Amino acid sequence: MKELFPAKQVMGFVFSLILTAVALIVYFMDMSFAAGMTILLVTAFIQAGLQLVVFMHAGETEDKGAIYTNIYYGVAMALITILGTLLCMIWGYI
Amino acid sequence: MEFFDRFAVPHPSPAIYASMVAISLTALAVIAGLTHFKKWGYLWREWLTTVDHKRIGIMYLISALLMLFRGGVDAIMLRAQLATPDAKLLDAQHYNEIFTTHGVVMILFMAMPFIMALMNFVVPLQIGARDVAFPRLNALSFWLFFMGAMLFNISFVVGGSPDAGWTSYFPLAGNDFSTSVGTNYYMIAIQIAGIGTLMTGINFMTTILKMRAPGMTMMKMPMFTWSSLVANLIIVFAFPVLTVALAMGTMDRLFGTNFFTTDNGGMDMLWANLFWVWGHPEVYILILPAFGIYSEIISTFARRNLYGYKSMVYSMVVIAAYSFLVWAHHFFTMGQGALTNSIFSITTMAIAVPTGVKIFNWLFTLYKGKIEFTTPMLYAILFIPLFTLGGVTGVMLAMSAADYQYHNTMFLVAHFHNVIIPGVVFAMLAGLTYYWPKMFGFMLNEKIGKWTAWLLSIGFILAFMPMYITGLDGQARRMYTYSESTGFGPLNMVSFIGAAIMGIGFILIVYNIYYSTRYASRDISADPWDARTLEWATHTPVPEYNFAAVPQADSIEPLWDAKKKGHVLFKDKFEKIHMPNNSGMPFIIGCIFFAWGFSFVFGLWVPLIITTIGIFVTMALRSFEKDHGHYISVEKIEETETKLRGAK
Repeated sequence: MKELFPAKQVMGFVFSLILTAVALIVYFMDMSFAAGMTILLVTAFIQAGLQLVVFMHAGETEDKGAIYTNIYYGVAMALITILGTLLCMIWGYI
Repeated sequence: MEFFDRFAVPHPSPAIYASMVAISLTALAVIAGLTHFKKWGYLWREWLTTVDHKRIGIMYLISALLMLFRGGVDAIMLRAQLATPDAKLLDAQHYNEIFTTHGVVMILFMAMPFIMALMNFVVPLQIGARDVAFPRLNALSFWLFFMGAMLFNISFVVGGSPDAGWTSYFPLAGNDFSTSVGTNYYMIAIQIAGIGTLMTGINFMTTILKMRAPGMTMMKMPMFTWSSLVANLIIVFAFPVLTVALAMGTMDRLFGTNFFTTDNGGMDMLWANLFWVWGHPEVYILILPAFGIYSEIISTFARRNLYGYKSMVYSMVVIAAYSFLVWAHHFFTMGQGALTNSIFSITTMAIAVPTGVKIFNWLFTLYKGKIEFTTPMLYAILFIPLFTLGGVTGVMLAMSAADYQYHNTMFLVAHFHNVIIPGVVFAMLAGLTYYWPKMFGFMLNEKIGKWTAWLLSIGFILAFMPMYITGLDGQARRMYTYSESTGFGPLNMVSFIGAAIMGIGFILIVYNIYYSTRYASRDISADPWDARTLEWATHTPVPEYNFAAVPQADSIEPLWDAKKKGHVLFKDKFEKIHMPNNSGMPFIIGCIFFAWGFSFVFGLWVPLIITTIGIFVTMALRSFEKDHGHYISVEKIEETETKLRGAK
């Protein structure tokens, strides 16, 4: 019976509901822009990771290596793009 | 009548009216011809609905050649206008429209499909696969690209061409300064074609990662497959940025948002930033497959295995990562500080290192090789010095302090043509000549081919070397005329002569296709160049299923091993082959996207809503469709194989 119950998925679902609830707090509570954005960004990234690993089965096939390499590469490129853009448009802009 | 006024060209000239007549007559002639020869059914069954990667490749090829001529005619007009001081051939507005069209057409609708053509045709054959991973998605990619290209191309006769440059910088591209629908065409046509390209990227990455022949590990993949894998990886990570930027630009123009405006919190230079976050990786999407083609050709005709296979692979992977780190070098003069510019200067100069590694590897492959000067090899040999020159001027441009002198001058124009023409265009023409026998069953004429290569090289040198000089002297890019006292006149005349010689070269390509179709021998082997990789191990013409039995690969050049070392390529007996069914759906979705784009460009909201619903309906229909493909029986395979083997 234990093998048949998708414990991981149910836990994942509950966790993703919690993350959604935490993100909703930003709307209902009166907090600063920085605090709100931090909560939204952190919960969004955990949520995305959860979806990939638990519900899209990223690590469960023999392609694990290729899939994770692509994800890490994508995250690195996104960070470079965002930080580079900030550098050009705001931090380094005279 | 007021409704129809919007479709009128805002800035007409006799040439545009002549084009309208020519387009209508050509369309009528095509329709009449298809009806007269009763080819509608053939066209629908064999081409419009095909999911075969080889036929999709050929359709990409035809589109790319057509667009090469569209962009080429634009180029000749630009050079003719600049050939003499104070020329009156084109006015400023037409000049703007033509250089914008030339840029977009050449990069997105000529170079990209040309690469897609070779990738589609060659990669599945080279890895011993029967088709790509998602054949129907592949057809959809093609039709989205094609409809995007056609939407862009009708702009100059319906509603007006875009005129803000191929980079379409805001605020110039905003509603205040670009009042015609031209820039809407730019935003939406490129969006549609870009979605198609993104799908190709995912499709080919999956194909290469999952569908290689047994024994072909990652480090035994042929070089063109490696370069395609890396290029598609860059596509997957770079194109979403373009998609988002174009969507924001569209919203600015049509829905009054303020992403790239100069007031209400908009950041106009953010467009330039996002455009180049995509734009610089795009350059490498174009050049890496070209490098792959050269590697195949140089290794085949130097009769040696490729020198430094591993360093070739690593340098491409490094280029793929670096390509995302250099984009700000396109706008050093925008106003960032010295620190930011220095960072991007250094990354830009660093990217010359892996590129240099590749150049040396080719030279070492040639060293002590038994070089055979066929047409593809001639292109490859001409490429090395000409491209290196472009690379060196690239390093000059990379120095941010010096860039204040070069920025937005003809020096820059000379530089990027110097890398793109010998790099990408020569590679594509070399690849075209090299793979032509596999595609069509006969070889292109060598003599005409070599004339073409020399004419293009000489024309190229005459056309672009003078621009370095006039650029340093201060001739600005995109300036539609200049006075005699500037002294730019004679060198620009030389440029025009060079452009005309290149034009002759391109006409020779068409003549070569015509001449070879009529006179070339059809009695050629499946491996006419004595090549090394799997695409030459199957019959010519390639049967629908590519390989009757799955080939076995044990090194980077399995066919060469089979020819020289007694490696057995086909170990298995024939088994029934599972193949995908043809489908009209991709073509229909493409047509709906065309109508969607057209409605979007002109803000026709009712047709836009209807076509949007149409797109989702076709996607839903696809989801509920049960299509498990079909099997080719062993008897059928044996029959085909015996026929293709001939009387042997």
